[in-house]
Amino acid sequence: MYQYNEFDHAFLKDRTAEFRDQVARRLAGELTEDEFKPLRLMNGLYLQLHAYMLRVAIPYGTLSAKQMRQLGMIAKRWDRDWGHFTTRQNIQYNWIKLDDVPDILDALAEVEMHAIQTSGNCIRNVTADQFAGVAADEIEDSRVWAEIIRQWSTLHPEFTFLPRKFKIAITGSEHDRAAVKLHDIGLRMRRNEAGETGFEVIVGGGQGRTPIVGETIRDFLPKQHLLSYLEAILRTYNLLGRRDNLYKARIKILVAAVGIEKFAEMVEEEWLEIKDSALALEPEQIRAIEEHFAPPQYETIAEPVAGFDAARFTDPAFAAWTRTNLFPHKQPGYAVVTVSLKPAGGVPGDATSAQMEALADLAEKYSLGELRIAHEQNVVLPDVRKQDLHRLWQELGEQGLADANIGLITDIISCPGLDYCNLANARAIPIAQRISRHFADPALQSEIGPITLNISGCINACGHHHVGNIGILGVDKKGVEHYQITIGGIADENAAVGRILGPSFPAEEVVDAIDTLIATFRKIREEGETFIDTVQRVGIQPFKETLYANH
Amino acid sequence: MKEKNQVMTANRLGDGAVVYLAEDDDWVLSLDAAEIAESEEEAIRLEERAGLAMKQQKVVGPYLFAVSVTGEYVAPISQREIIRAAGPTVGTDLPETTPLR
Repeated sequence: MYQYNEFDHAFLKDRTAEFRDQVARRLAGELTEDEFKPLRLMNGLYLQLHAYMLRVAIPYGTLSAKQMRQLGMIAKRWDRDWGHFTTRQNIQYNWIKLDDVPDILDALAEVEMHAIQTSGNCIRNVTADQFAGVAADEIEDSRVWAEIIRQWSTLHPEFTFLPRKFKIAITGSEHDRAAVKLHDIGLRMRRNEAGETGFEVIVGGGQGRTPIVGETIRDFLPKQHLLSYLEAILRTYNLLGRRDNLYKARIKILVAAVGIEKFAEMVEEEWLEIKDSALALEPEQIRAIEEHFAPPQYETIAEPVAGFDAARFTDPAFAAWTRTNLFPHKQPGYAVVTVSLKPAGGVPGDATSAQMEALADLAEKYSLGELRIAHEQNVVLPDVRKQDLHRLWQELGEQGLADANIGLITDIISCPGLDYCNLANARAIPIAQRISRHFADPALQSEIGPITLNISGCINACGHHHVGNIGILGVDKKGVEHYQITIGGIADENAAVGRILGPSFPAEEVVDAIDTLIATFRKIREEGETFIDTVQRVGIQPFKETLYANH
Repeated sequence: MKEKNQVMTANRLGDGAVVYLAEDDDWVLSLDAAEIAESEEEAIRLEERAGLAMKQQKVVGPYLFAVSVTGEYVAPISQREIIRAAGPTVGTDLPETTPLR
């Protein structure tokens, strides 16, 4: 993992001291709310429905056990004993007192964390494939590049007041696990014909009220030019992006307005000016960051691992968990474990302080001290020896963390919705709870097979509803919460925006509606088809017909 | 039930808690204790008092919202204000499971 240097530590210390003074001045009446609001937002502090909410960045979703333990301690000491992991690999604390925030920021700084650039019209926390560095299908470890981008974008003076917030995602594998086509800039690591690694650069993706799948402006960017190319994109956007209309200010609107070819031309023109400037990355600069992400000392373990196989054969519940929650590791004898934060009837992405503490302990005991946060709101233990999996699963079970549902219908992405968020029009979490309880039967989930179901409480789409195989959007219909349903959304390299099936449903009819869609799928699916396969084969019409048959 | 009754609400500066303007310029946690404006003139007076409270750094973001009054009971009309008054509904209003098909 990246370790802070003296400069990083000193910078965070100064920054927290500065905010401590600003909070004191606010509480003493020396700053008005209008003066204070931009200052608190620069430190990730929002005012939501019931309390202040602090959004803490987890850069590219990577955490040490020590950091996870501290996040749990903060939840216990200054919040209500839990935190909420978000779709941008952040953690949010929902019940924060203003005068506690400087102490919380100090506690974060102790473990090399902060809440800077988790709000405002700047470059936000860079997100990445949660399996980076360990996935068997990986071309290269994308954390190295996410860290390079993080350092470049942190307090970048030219990009502090962009037309709108700006989100970058990166994936190191052919299979995109970071939804890069739905970001302002998406980066996919690629290998060219000479065998060199570089980046496919995608721009103009995004969700919100105008969902757009990003388009490629460069098939292959040599790695040493990453920062100069990003800078060229940001400069073009900063200059031409609309500042007159909040809803038209994202880069996707600019790209759509000028066309991808013209936009690429402008970027390339700007890039030529700065390509060989100080932004060009020298090999030793890259190596210095790579050293932070050097693979740990893995043991040499022969496959198959007898103890692991024996446990699978004798313990059906464990076997079921291994089928859904494991991912192939690049190192023989190891597995990547996704720990579900989606128990039936639970709140997607929530973890109690006790669970965070337990996850930190388990990471130290079984996963070389490291964890990841997935944008699907789950936790990953990236380096687990296969012979330890059965014991790990049992210990996860003691914490209520052993659900075998990754990639299944109860692995729901949900934003906080109207229960917490000032922007929301409708509740999202209670809908997710109802659906996950409805489909809780493991046999049924397994029979339905891989599917994504995403819920947002408003058109800002923090719950990624546009790209769920089934998407649910909360809307306000004459003061009553209603839910619009889409199908056909995809978040990976084949990214697609779901299509609306018809008029929205009141809250009490949503579970029934989803049940109808699933029943339709089970009736018309062909052998081996997933839900999205069937939707792509038959279109939305059969689903629409059954859904609205009685309306 | 009367329509057009309004209550002044805000978030408390120190902890962001939902508060309501009550008699003697108190900001209270319970909607039941809030002062109710039954006319536009009364609503304007609530706004003036809220503006002062904001200047005194007591509260943030004050605004009026509609309530229904039935006998002694005061209830917000919008879902947003119901949730602000009663807290998150997470896990509290799960209905019976719909039968599986």
